[in-house]
Amino acid sequence: MSAPLLQTRRLGVSFGGVHAVREVDFDLAEGELRCLIGPNGAGKSTFFKMLSGQQLPDRGEVFFRGRRISGLAAHQIARLGIGIKTQVPSVFDGLDVLQNLHLAALRAQPSERAARAEAHAVLERVGLAGRGDARVGELAHGQRQWVELGMILASRPALVLLDEPAAGMTHHEVRKTAELIREINRASTVVVVEHDMAFIRMIAGRVTVFNRGEVLAEGSFDDVVSDPRVRDAYLGNKPIHSSNQETDHA
Amino acid sequence: MTHASSLRSWGLAAAGALCVAGVLLAPQVTDTFALLALTVYLVMAMLALSLAFVWGFGGILCFGQAAFFGLGAYAYAIGAINFGPGVAALLLSVAVPAVFAALLGYFMFYGRISDVYLGVITLAVTLILFNLANSTSGSEYRIGEALLGGFNGIPSIPTLTLPGHDSPLEPEGLFRLVGLLLIAAYVGLRLLLRTRFGQVVVAVRENERRAELLGYDARLHKLLAFALGGAIAGLAGCLYANWGAFVNPGVFSLAQSAQIIIWVIVGGRGTLIGPMIGCVGIQWMVTALGGQQTVDTGLVLGVVLAAFVMLIPRGIAPTVMGWFAPRARPVATGQERVR
Amino acid sequence: MDLAAIFSIEVVGAIATLVLMSIGLAVVFGMMKIINLAHGEFMMLGGYVAILATNRFGVPIWLSMLVLAPLVTGLFGVLVERLLVRHLYGRMIDTMLATWGLSLALVGIATMVFGNTTVGISSPLPGFAIGRFQGSGYTLFVIAVAVAVLAGLWLLFRFTDLGLCARASMQNAAMAAALGANPGRIYTLTFGFGAALSGLGGAVLAPVSGVIPTIGASYIAKAFITVIGGGSAVITGNLAASGLFGAVSQAVTFATTPVFGEVALLVAAVLLIRLLPQGITGRFFKKSI
Repeated sequence: MSAPLLQTRRLGVSFGGVHAVREVDFDLAEGELRCLIGPNGAGKSTFFKMLSGQQLPDRGEVFFRGRRISGLAAHQIARLGIGIKTQVPSVFDGLDVLQNLHLAALRAQPSERAARAEAHAVLERVGLAGRGDARVGELAHGQRQWVELGMILASRPALVLLDEPAAGMTHHEVRKTAELIREINRASTVVVVEHDMAFIRMIAGRVTVFNRGEVLAEGSFDDVVSDPRVRDAYLGNKPIHSSNQETDHA
Repeated sequence: MTHASSLRSWGLAAAGALCVAGVLLAPQVTDTFALLALTVYLVMAMLALSLAFVWGFGGILCFGQAAFFGLGAYAYAIGAINFGPGVAALLLSVAVPAVFAALLGYFMFYGRISDVYLGVITLAVTLILFNLANSTSGSEYRIGEALLGGFNGIPSIPTLTLPGHDSPLEPEGLFRLVGLLLIAAYVGLRLLLRTRFGQVVVAVRENERRAELLGYDARLHKLLAFALGGAIAGLAGCLYANWGAFVNPGVFSLAQSAQIIIWVIVGGRGTLIGPMIGCVGIQWMVTALGGQQTVDTGLVLGVVLAAFVMLIPRGIAPTVMGWFAPRARPVATGQERVR
Repeated sequence: MDLAAIFSIEVVGAIATLVLMSIGLAVVFGMMKIINLAHGEFMMLGGYVAILATNRFGVPIWLSMLVLAPLVTGLFGVLVERLLVRHLYGRMIDTMLATWGLSLALVGIATMVFGNTTVGISSPLPGFAIGRFQGSGYTLFVIAVAVAVLAGLWLLFRFTDLGLCARASMQNAAMAAALGANPGRIYTLTFGFGAALSGLGGAVLAPVSGVIPTIGASYIAKAFITVIGGGSAVITGNLAASGLFGAVSQAVTFATTPVFGEVALLVAAVLLIRLLPQGITGRFFKKSI
């Protein structure tokens, strides 16, 4: 069993008297596509922010490839090979799509020319061919999310952290996003924070359920949705379709 | 290189060559008086260029760019009086403001200071220098041979003598030097903005968080851009001291800083050429107004500034460029929404 | 002992001066998140109104300082808000720049009308003695006015409907509008009120150094720095920042020269912003007015 790519030990943070995240042990193997779910206030977003370096933990450690990364600055964490997509799309609105992708590609490619080529390739893969010269600030919400995913693709990270990548999208956009994430997963390990259960069904490998700052359950999608503790805390007790039925995302 | 960018490179080279020719030939066709006026216009254009880079491309609103201008002028004066008006004094006038800007930049950017708070600090710094320079009257205030002179300043500053020459620069020579240095600075910045460093500086201006999430050290890039702007402003200060053979604390003043900001707003933030044009235009206007008595110069400048902010917020150059090339490069106007 | 008493009065006087210099700007910044760089010229206007009303028209000095100056400046502020500021809401930097332009223009107009000389008015209060040392009676008056202004503001914010509406608009303009308050009108009144306070400050400080068209420049830098240093709580922030900067500046002035006192104030400001980037009330006293 190879060493986990990402690991947390007794990770936690509190705001005033509120323990947003208690003491969480978390292991992520290389190549996984893991989803973090849970009700609002469960701590999953805060936990995610501690992984990406946007939030300093009060206790515990985060290890990436065996190396401690908790407490490092955001740009140092990114340089170790971790790509991050924030909850609110964080892109260069004043620049055009190709420039955005180019800046990301520069991180992974040895030269300007190679970066430019990579940017064009990624432009195709995210389905924005022909819109390369458009200012990102002028794109629709879903397209801006894809630009951000494209930037992550272009920077070729080993680990990808995505915070609500399907938020605010139409049905068609969600399917496309799921495809993109599966494609990212071919070359990188992925962690996704999400609310949308149907979306998670489209992509999930393993699922980790948070509740009240702790991990409530962990397992495959089917195991988790049928777990009575998870249903009590989060999903409700109405019947949920199992994953081998073809269901419309509505 | 793509077709468009190689076309731009040729265009830049051609325009540069034309300007160099203009600078070399101009002294033949103008009289000394006009030449002196042109010289100071170009010196100030270099100062405008420094803030155009720092603010328009670096996104750093510095209210105290005059601080580096003044430091450069004083550094040259002190250097020239102490060890001769040569290359050493010129290098000093660039190095001192650059180092000062780097330290100030470290203080501010590594403390995550930005926007209006950065404006306050830079404003305070230039006022500190102004107050300090003003209070150095008296013969005990000297650096080496140079008396600092307090509010009277330092008179009789020796003019630069270029290596290989025996005598200091004449007005024609100074004009050529200023012109060539200005062209070099402009071309240099244009080329810099094409490099990875330049692109990242712009990216940091656009979205600092996203630049960091891509692995770029935003604080370091801002510090370096800020220090480079300080160096260019310092060089302008050195040339100013050469032009007037005189420097006083007014170079640090709030009024001087305000002028630089007005040049950039009027000329067009987000371009390098705009503020230089705005600077020359406004200086020319101030000189023309200075002659008459009816309308106060400050009134006109104030109305111009307010009008531009409200009606032509992007400034002259981007607006004009917008007429010719509607799909031109995006220009940041920094219209942030305050919650 | 006597020296300590005089020194204390001078320090409190310096703090009170800073309060009067910056409270108008603080109200506008705290309520509307706007930096009005023409604030110094509003003070200049207040000073000219007070001096001219008294010297040329024989209005009693207390009336012209405490009533006429704020009134005239307040009305002028309303005009400025309607014509200039209202078009730039939400754009803090642009508002700063446009009001900077207004400031330059006002100085120009004042120079054209009044020329470059200082007009003065003699201090209407006698000095007093504590032991061997002379104190200025006017300093006591400045302190009294500053205290009255801060107390009045606090009462206004805390206990009146208008104050409540204003605080609500400050926190969430859209919600306040949905509840029936008119944010546009509130902003006009707030800006006018801030201008009136600036005018009051300028009038009360006029006997200290006289009034000249360029006097705004000496006020605006310190006011700007004090307001940003104080943070967004109007009264507490202003008092805290004025207290800190006034004390530092006066102490250094006593020990060395007024110029170094100025420098000390500026250095203190730089350090404060570096340590507390959101101003004092960004970190301490967060829930205060």
